[in-house]
This record gives sequence, structure tokens and C-alpha cells, in this order.
Amino acid sequence: MAEIPRYRGPFRERQAERLLWRAGFGPKPGEAKRLARKGLNRAVASLLDPPKARLRGPAPVDGDGLPIAPYDLWGHDALWWLDKMVRSNQPLVERMALNWHDWFATGDVGSQRHLIGQAQLFRRRALGPFSNLLYDVTHDKAMLVWLSGIDNNRWSPNENYGRELMELFTLGASDESGYPYSEDDVREQARALTGWRADWVDDVGLVNFRFDPGYHDGGNKTVFGKTGRWDWRDSCRLCLQHPAHAGYLVDKLWGYFVGAPAPGPTRAKLIGLYKRKRYAVRPLLAAILKHPLFYEGPAMVKPPMVFIAGMLRARGRGVDTDSWTWVSDLAGQRPFSPPNVAGWDEERWLDTSSYRGRWIAASYITREDEASDESYDSDETPVQAVDRALRYWGGPTITSGTRTDLVNFGRDVEGSIVADWQETSYRALRQNALRLMLATSPDMQTC
Amino acid sequence: MACHCNEFSRAHLLRSAAAEAGQGLPRIEPGMPLPAGTGLSRRSFMMRAGLGMLSVYGASRLGLRDLQEGIARAQGTQQPVLLTVFMDGGTDSLSLLAPTEDARYRQLRPSLRLTTEETLAFRDDPALRWHPRAAKLDDLHRADKLAVLPSVGYDDPDQSHFTSRHYWEVGELDPNERTGWMGRLIDQIGTDDNPLQGLSLDGWLSPSLATANRPVAAIDGSTYDLWAPGVWGEVEDLMFDAVQTVGRTGAAGADSGRQAAGRIAEQSITLRSQLEPFGGEVTPPVPYPDAGHWFPRNLAALAAMLQAGLPIRCVSTSAPGGYDTHDNQLDSFGDDIGLTFDSLAAFQADLEARGLADRVLTLVYSEFGRRPEQNGTGTDHGAAGAAFVMGTKVQGGMVEEFRGLGDLDEDDNLRHSTDFRAMYCSLLEQWFDVDAGALIPGASGFDRYSLVA
Repeated sequence: MAEIPRYRGPFRERQAERLLWRAGFGPKPGEAKRLARKGLNRAVASLLDPPKARLRGPAPVDGDGLPIAPYDLWGHDALWWLDKMVRSNQPLVERMALNWHDWFATGDVGSQRHLIGQAQLFRRRALGPFSNLLYDVTHDKAMLVWLSGIDNNRWSPNENYGRELMELFTLGASDESGYPYSEDDVREQARALTGWRADWVDDVGLVNFRFDPGYHDGGNKTVFGKTGRWDWRDSCRLCLQHPAHAGYLVDKLWGYFVGAPAPGPTRAKLIGLYKRKRYAVRPLLAAILKHPLFYEGPAMVKPPMVFIAGMLRARGRGVDTDSWTWVSDLAGQRPFSPPNVAGWDEERWLDTSSYRGRWIAASYITREDEASDESYDSDETPVQAVDRALRYWGGPTITSGTRTDLVNFGRDVEGSIVADWQETSYRALRQNALRLMLATSPDMQTC
Repeated sequence: MACHCNEFSRAHLLRSAAAEAGQGLPRIEPGMPLPAGTGLSRRSFMMRAGLGMLSVYGASRLGLRDLQEGIARAQGTQQPVLLTVFMDGGTDSLSLLAPTEDARYRQLRPSLRLTTEETLAFRDDPALRWHPRAAKLDDLHRADKLAVLPSVGYDDPDQSHFTSRHYWEVGELDPNERTGWMGRLIDQIGTDDNPLQGLSLDGWLSPSLATANRPVAAIDGSTYDLWAPGVWGEVEDLMFDAVQTVGRTGAAGADSGRQAAGRIAEQSITLRSQLEPFGGEVTPPVPYPDAGHWFPRNLAALAAMLQAGLPIRCVSTSAPGGYDTHDNQLDSFGDDIGLTFDSLAAFQADLEARGLADRVLTLVYSEFGRRPEQNGTGTDHGAAGAAFVMGTKVQGGMVEEFRGLGDLDEDDNLRHSTDFRAMYCSLLEQWFDVDAGALIPGASGFDRYSLVA
């Protein structure tokens, strides 16, 4: 069998930037240059096999400088995760954890502790294998609450998890012919998944999550035409072995990294690879991150959390305000708050409303470093001003068209100067404007 | 705040996703009805006259320009308007109109009960007393501007928020019905080019307004400001011009991803400049409570739009607050109904001050009432609840009787004396002068109440 196509073009700072944005949360200053020196193979390997996890940079605090309380204070769960995205030295692990959160989208379950537990699971299993992840998610506490696993028992089977297990997590939606699964399969899967329960304690919440054989329906079930005394493990296994699963997983995983669908031959080879490697995710990631379309295809809009975490990384700044919770909401992606069980719709990352959220996010960065209009360099030229604003963001690559427009803006500002005091003041204002303009430009909104 | 049951917050998620119509909604629970109108196409455009962003649903045959022209043509009509206000979560009617002297009430509500001393007399039934924060409803009732339905519901009540709300929205007990009861009215009396005839005020399509073929709309009331720290004056003006230029350059470039991002930047700056002159503010002729809150603000804006002659027929909005009071009911209930009713009374006064009051009727409802027996610090889902119709043209009074606590149903819930579909039939016939038989299934079998004077 022929190899999966590989990118053979130059691997320079620009390509390394794209890799860091799509397989992580963007470069810290100088990081793209360093990664480019490794060459494509070693660069991808460094992401797939990262050093031991370490958080670098200032620990997260709220607006008053107090440590965040992820389990207890509203919105601090989102800050907890944002901090990991910003400070991690394992960008792909963190990025895949966010992808799995979208894949197994779980929202408010009445306990931030359980949600963070689930996020930890995504981080732990970030690079696969998918089978282990699926087994663990199926009896994850937050998931058992979210999709009614603890309300699913032999006396009254609840179809919630069984349906989404197939429709959203492993196989894709059922069509009119009943492929890949029928309504009977949904009912039978629900029976197979019975047995999980938890106890409610007033003022504490749900505790003591466990599998109780007495709650499990031990009878025969027929799933995808196969009959047996299936339990929750079988339920997952039957999905993994279903002929529709590998294609579904490959398409969805590919979609996180490349804007256009995988070409037929590439898709077929990725499916073969996934089956051969027994549900391993790492080899798929390696192939996708080295695929020519990853580097040569069109830019993708950065997910809102990637955009926000990336700005903080570029600035070397930590989480130091709880505003990020509502700002990320405005920008269209608050962790632990997906729009519904199907996760976020990346086709809708940008509209006029989330653009405003992104603008506000950028302004929450730049307002900490406002150029002073009293002591600013009164000789700065438009070109110098644009270069300085680029340095502010860690030196991202921008198109020549954008650069020309920004330099022209810089000239227009100088052209409007009529008084001596404005020589300094307007240049400071210009710098503040340029930083915002860069952050919200098509160049920095995409990667 | 009151704790919401799990189903409630999930149903909420699904509903907000319904705004993303046409995107294909995942089914969450078997048997849970999809919100009516799910799957209608949506497009957005800018409306002048302070409307801001208008999302239009289900008007695939006409372009946005046709719709704008249609609205302009229909402007200045003097037709009757119905505003519906939904109290989300299942309002505790026994706290709105409390049988304070009933021994069973005191027994069922040991800590949640209201006392005779703190409540206000209800004009039409000495056994019931108004919650003190519903004082504005009492005023309206005494002025014959409020019809009270103390026990409204339907047979075989469904205690799922999702399902019961759906029944109220579509005007029948059919989980599969995909048009709203007002949507069907608009299909009959509306036009193809006026999306304002059915208007949601809270940002997304209200299922009760979902039509089969006429366009309806939702407005997003928020203002659109882009704050730039450390940038002001003419540099700020130059900046916004340049942001638009950068967007245009990206939109004209070769890369499809950057093209999309560029177009959005361009549109966003256009939107900002279009909305700037309005500032999202209306100066009402009467005071509203809590001027910063979206609910009174939206009502004040609605009154202004009606006075401007915008061709609006049916309007839908949610009330502020959460009424799914399983826990800590006392913490939130009074403030929530206070803001809701005070705002509605201000809206009524506003309409009267603007000379519009004879054209507008307001219906206030919830998907069900709550169980008479309290549970912990709150109450569980119940059956019959209360509804109100407000307006100068209303036949003020009480519609049928409060069925009382002596005769609960098999789930220990309140029984109804009026059916919500009978109420709809009455409104359709008496207010809109149409044949309810064509709009509400089984209309001929329902009573009619005298709601319009």
C-alpha cells in the first residue's frame, strides 16, 4: 500500500507557526523559529512525544490577585483550563484535550469538580488510544450525569448515552435506512449500558459513583445484529468494531486540523492505519500533522480559546483576571459550556457577534500595556510603528497586503497631526491601535 | 439562586441551539419534542430605526431587499398586536395568588406559605390573595385591565418542562407539531415580505412564532460597541476605517480562510457604524423599573417600535428570572415576579401614554404551575397554573374559578378550570377576528372565554 502523502516543501518559521497554532495554542516568542530548526519530522515528534509535563509562568489568579478556586467559584473551572492551555509545555496534549471536550461535549452537571475530572481524563488520554478514552468517558462521573447514565437501570432504561455514543461519539448519525444503527440498536445499547448509579447527598451532591450489578440488565441484547449478554464494555467495543467507526473518527479528527475534507486515498489510508494500530490516535496525528494539505491548504479560523490562550502565550502573561470566563463566552467558546451535546460548530467560529467577543479579548490584553502618550517616541515612523506592534505579539507572520494597510494607517495618523503635543500623543495612540488591529486582523484570526 | 433541574438546563441548551436553525439538532431524549421551527433557514440583516440586527427565519423565497421593502410598505398599519410573555420554568401560581386562609395550604406549604397580612386582597375571589410583589397586577386588575385565569392547564398534564412548553407553544398536545400557534396565525393573516409580523425579542426564534411559510424575525437587542483602550478621537476614527480596509484586503486575498475572516471584520465595522447613532437607547414617556435590565429595556423599545408604525402583529419574549424553583424558592421568586410585573405595568402605562393601548394585548403564561406540597425549600413541577391577559381592551376579571386544594389530581397537583387552547381560541377570534377552527386543532370542542371587551 502506498504511503500517506507527506509535506515536502520548506519547513520554516511560517510552517512552524501553523503547526503550533493548530496542534497547540500558538507560539511563545521565538518558539516557532526554534521549532523550524528541528525540521518537520522532529518538530512533529516533539509534539507527539513531549517532555514531562511542566507549567511555566505565573500561577493563575483572579482579578484581586487571589488564587483561583476551580471547584467552587463560578467560571473558575474555565480559568483553570485556560491556565493549562497557556502554561503547558505539552501543547498538542492540551489541544487534543480541548478537541475531546468538543467531541464528548459535556456542559453543566451541577459540579465543577466532576467537569474538571473529565477534563483531566481528556488530558490523560489526549493522544489515545481512542478505545481507552471511550471506555473511560463512558463511566466518567460528569458524563454519567450529563447523559443520564446514572438514571439508566434495568427497570427503566434511559437511551440518552446509548444514542449519543453512536450518533456523536463513534459512528455518526443514523440515516433513513437505519445505517449505521437502528432505533432498536439504541434501545438495546441502553439496556447494555445499565448498572451505573450514584447517591445523592444533600448539600454535597452526587457521590459514590459505581457499577451495581443489581441495577444492570443481565439479559441478552442484540446490537448491530450480534446477540449476547452485553454490558457497558461490550457496548463500547461493538461501536469500535462497527464498520462505520474508523471513517467517522478519521473524518472528525482530520477536521480539527485541516479545513478541507481529506482526499479519498488519504482518508482510506488513515482508516487502514487506525484499524491496523488498534484504535491508536498518535499515528493518525503524526500523519495529519505531516500531510501536505496541513501546510498548503487554506488558513483555518482559530477557535476562540486558541486565540485567547495564544495571545496570553505571546505576551508571556498568565491568567490574572476572571474576566476571561465571560470574554470567552462572548467570543463563542467557554470551556465546560458547549452549546449542546454535539459540541461547538467550527463553521460558526466567526460572525459579527463573536468578532466583538474577540475584539474585547484582544482589548483585555492590550489595555494592560497601553503606550503612554506622554513619553512616547515622537520620531517613530509608520514602518517602525508596525514592526513594534508585531513585536508586541511575538512577531507573527502577516501578509504583505495587511502590512501595507497598517503602514498606510500609520501615515494617515501622522497626516492628521496639527499640533506639537500630538507628535508624541498620536504616536502612542497609533501604537495602541495597531496592536488591536493586528490581533483582530484576518492574519491573526486564522492560522 | 434557585437550582434548576437537570432536564431544564438541558432543554435550555437545546433551545438555544434551535436558534441555529437548519444546523440539524441532535436529539437529546427520546420522545422529547424538537422546538417548533427547528430547521427553518435563518438570515440576518441590519434594520434601521433602532432595530439593530434582525435575524429572519423561513423566508427563503425572498431576498433581504424584498423584506426591507416589504417592511417599509407595511409601515404605519394600525392592526391589533399580541405580546406573549413566557415565565420560564413553571411558575408557582400558589405564590402568585395564595389561598392564605386555607388550612390545607398552610399544611402543604409550612415554610413557603404567604400570610394574609403580607398579601393583597384579590378582587374577584376572597379566598385568594396577591403576592405583595404582584401589587402592580392588583392595580391593573382593579382598573379592569387584567383578566386572570387562576387555574389554566390541560388534561393529562405533562410535567416535563420541555414537552409542556412545547404544547403551549404549538397550541396543541402534539409532540410532533412543528408550527407555533401564533405562527399559524401569521401564515393566515400575514404577508410574504414582512418578517416583523412575528417578532421574538430575546434573540432567537420563538417556537410559538414558527410559521410554515411566512417570514418571522428575532432581534438581538444588544448594542454593538468596540472599545479600544488607549485609542480615541480622530485616531480612533482612522483606526476603524483601517480595520475595515484590512478586512477588505483579507476578503479580496487568495486564501479562503482569511477571506472569511476579512469579510466578518468588514461586516462588524459596518454594523458598529450603523448602530452607533442609535446607541440602543429609547427614551420612554413613563418610568420603567431597573432601566439597565434587558426586559424593561426591550419592552420600552417595543413600545417605541409600535409607535414608529413598524408592522408588528405577534411578539414573543421571555420574562426575567427563573421559575423552576426546586430549591430556595423564597430567595428569587419575589424579585423575579416583581421585576416582571413592574415592567409589564410600565409597558402598559407606556402604551397608554403613547396612545397605543387599544391596539395591544399582553398574555403572560408559564408551562405549568408547581406542586402544592412543598419539597425542601422549593416546589416540584405541577400541573395547572396561572395566566394573565393585560390591556385596555381586556374584559377585566377572573376567568373561571380557582379549583382549590381540596380536589388535587392523582399526582397531587392542581386541577385546571380553563384550557390554554380555549384561551388561544378566544384570543384568535376576539382579538384577531379569525376563525380559530383553522388554527387550533379541536377548536370547536373548546369553550370560549370573554377576554376582549
